[in-house]
Amino acid sequence: MSTNITSSKFSRRAFMRTSSLAGGGLLIGFNLFQACKPKAAPPIDLAELNYNDFNAFIKIADNGAVTIFSPNPEIGQGVKTSMPMIIAEELDVSWDKVNVVQGILDNENYTRQVAGGSQSIRFGWEALRQTGATAKQMLINAAAARWGVDASECTASEGVITNSKGETLGYGDVVNDAAALEVPEEVALKEVKDFKLIGTDVGNVDIDKIVTGEPLFGLDYKADGMVYAAVVRPTTFGKKLVSYDDAAAKAMPGVIDVVKIGAKVRSLLEKDPGFSSKISTSDKVAVIAKTTWQAMKAKEAIKAEWEDDGTIDSTEEMDKALTGLLDGNRFENLRKDGNVSRAFAQADKVLERTYESPFLPHNCMEPMNFYANVTPEKVHLVGPIQTPAWKAGLVAAMLERDPSEIHLEMTRQGGGFGRRLFGDFVIEAAEIADAIKKPVKVVYSREDDMMDGIYRPAIKYRIKAGVKDGKVTAYHLKEAAINDNMYDLIPNFFPAGAIENYQVDVAKYQSKITTGAWRAPYTNFLAFAEQSFFDELAEMMEVDRVQLRLDLLQKVKGTEDERIQYSPERMEEVIKVAVEKSGWGTKPEGVYQGFVNYYCHNSHVAEVADVEIEDGSPVVKKITCVVDCGIVVNPLGAKNQAEGGVIDGIGHSMYGDYAFKDGTPMAANFDKYRLIRMKEAPVVEVHFLKNEYSPTGLGEPTLPPAGGAIANAFKAATGKRLYNQPFSKYPELLTVPEKEIIG
Amino acid sequence: MPTYQFKVNNENRSVDVSEDTPLLWVLRDHLDLVGTKYGCGIAQCGSCTVHLDGNAVRSCSLTMSQVEGKSVTTIEGLSEDGNHPVQEAWKEVDVPQCGYCQAGQIMTASAFLEKNPNPSPEDIKSAMHGNICRCATYNRIYRAVEIAAEKMG
Repeated sequence: MSTNITSSKFSRRAFMRTSSLAGGGLLIGFNLFQACKPKAAPPIDLAELNYNDFNAFIKIADNGAVTIFSPNPEIGQGVKTSMPMIIAEELDVSWDKVNVVQGILDNENYTRQVAGGSQSIRFGWEALRQTGATAKQMLINAAAARWGVDASECTASEGVITNSKGETLGYGDVVNDAAALEVPEEVALKEVKDFKLIGTDVGNVDIDKIVTGEPLFGLDYKADGMVYAAVVRPTTFGKKLVSYDDAAAKAMPGVIDVVKIGAKVRSLLEKDPGFSSKISTSDKVAVIAKTTWQAMKAKEAIKAEWEDDGTIDSTEEMDKALTGLLDGNRFENLRKDGNVSRAFAQADKVLERTYESPFLPHNCMEPMNFYANVTPEKVHLVGPIQTPAWKAGLVAAMLERDPSEIHLEMTRQGGGFGRRLFGDFVIEAAEIADAIKKPVKVVYSREDDMMDGIYRPAIKYRIKAGVKDGKVTAYHLKEAAINDNMYDLIPNFFPAGAIENYQVDVAKYQSKITTGAWRAPYTNFLAFAEQSFFDELAEMMEVDRVQLRLDLLQKVKGTEDERIQYSPERMEEVIKVAVEKSGWGTKPEGVYQGFVNYYCHNSHVAEVADVEIEDGSPVVKKITCVVDCGIVVNPLGAKNQAEGGVIDGIGHSMYGDYAFKDGTPMAANFDKYRLIRMKEAPVVEVHFLKNEYSPTGLGEPTLPPAGGAIANAFKAATGKRLYNQPFSKYPELLTVPEKEIIG
Repeated sequence: MPTYQFKVNNENRSVDVSEDTPLLWVLRDHLDLVGTKYGCGIAQCGSCTVHLDGNAVRSCSLTMSQVEGKSVTTIEGLSEDGNHPVQEAWKEVDVPQCGYCQAGQIMTASAFLEKNPNPSPEDIKSAMHGNICRCATYNRIYRAVEIAAEKMG
């Protein structure tokens, strides 16, 4: 159960060291996710910062200014603001004295700097607090030594240390003394009630640069002598390059070189086959030019020939294959409680429904891109990537270089949504740079980005429930998915533990179409399927739809099943608050509501959609979103995340549709692929529960429930239930018969 | 290659580029003004929005012959030090998540408010509907445009 109240058991010596900076001041190196090496020491010169032994640093200058080198990739989830806030809270300095710097340029090493799974704050929380508190204690100890008093007689607040006589010293006054002290074994963390910064609204640390257009993103990065690469890719999954004619392209202005790539990536895949469903293995043709536009234009002049390379998949056939899997009996079992077959046989009533989702591209607004420069001394990589350490390791393996020669810098990232986890573009940039021996930036066009994607796979769920004597006695969930099945925690989400006979089975169909994580993997569609199903189940049972969910939760309370991921108490609370805040069941005629509660990424969420009929169709007017993600570090950023997740969830449920015909994607750009826009975005009212639990995920958990909430509200408004996404593909289900509009 | 003369952020500039080169790539690659973003290249997303003689235009779909002799304003030139009312409103509301589309959003909003200083809610939504924000910060964008309108009015 993920309900531990903040614990402060932590070995400081294992993750933190200090040093005195050559230019004055104190440098604290610490490691968020693992212990430091026994002999690791932070440098005395800032130019020497490395992220191998420590993945984050605080510098306290002798004027008291604090610089926090924030380690984690910033993809719009706000950790560049919120992670340093946690340090500043325990260090007890005012936020306006804090300067935040992303990672460090030209670092000699790299380590676990990952943005994924909504886990940055959850994993960093304890270590960030310990680091701030330890620094504060060392500064107090230094001041106490200077005054010749016991440290217990001193307090520190807002960067000033005060003794029992009322004398004061600033952090900057004692920072050089503190740097010479031992790291204390025990430090006290603040009580949650004493937080001054955590829980207050803090603006995005990059806001000034964003609103004035300063270079921040990967696409903005430039280096001396840098050239641009546009890559001719197979536009069909399952085809490979046979030959190409580059004569016309080479004669075009600005064109420097045309090179075939792909062999090195394939050799890498032989070493690391787990990566193969995430990356296309065909040869490609890289066109190198002086400017982006010249490279893009010359790419169009390449005449390439392709041939079939095994399976060519179409949406229609994959659809049949997934249905075949659901109808068949070749499943892998992920959880089995009791005996569902017997319970269904004994049930008074049985409900079975099937739900279908399409593939989805990520469509980060900043298309994939990466800079690479391969020289005898080192491999220099710069750009937007959610998993820098993984990609640096793959590049080292591919180019047969020592990992210490790979220098990777992260830029701010124009969206991630899972697409930048895979880093096929990093490997591609490295292969091109190695071939042309020049600094080069690979730039995907939007068409490349959409058509050479690593998509949210199409998935179908079939859910069956049995009811006996007014109770849900059996629940059987089957998944049929392209390439990969749900990860093993998901079968232990709600309603696991609530139903005596419960079973989750999965099956998959292997396709050449590359698939991977997409914001809230699996749950982004599963939440809609399950929560629509509960709604329909309540209708069949003729019970209140919210009460059905509350009744199911009672059975989970006090469970000794360690596998259960969610807390029934916390789930119950978000449900009750959502009922209250949304005015559930008390809306005037003409407002139709849909209810969803969900758990994923360690957070509990309930959402209520308010829908009204306009011109005969249901329109989403408002979403009430109640979140329990523990302590909210930065409410201003957190609300932005929660709202964005809800609207993203609505947009993709309504419009997101990516189909393939004979292996070719049917949309290449935003003229054929619809994303939600301002007029379609409803009001989102976000409520965070106030408690003292350690923070949990927020980048993803509000997205999955949104599709279910609007589908349940549409059912209330139209009488028609939606089973397949995107909803806009079924206009006949999004209308109200004319006679019913009256009044 | 032909030479094109035009004004960018009140400075006279001259570039030698092929005639099909879009303004977007002249700004980004030739003039080092990378605040204007590439999003789709077909005038569908609004990330590349700049002002051409005061009108919001999609720089990805304007060739240099259409820009010759005209005056372009980019996000870098919208104000002296980031204090245009629209930029101020964006900071006040703390609009961005990833931030990539925001320059285009701000350029669309600032041109719109020059022409319509007292917009209705529907006016704002229609004006901003052409700019995609993949992080879906639409409600904050809307609020920031409202606040900017108050500041400008």
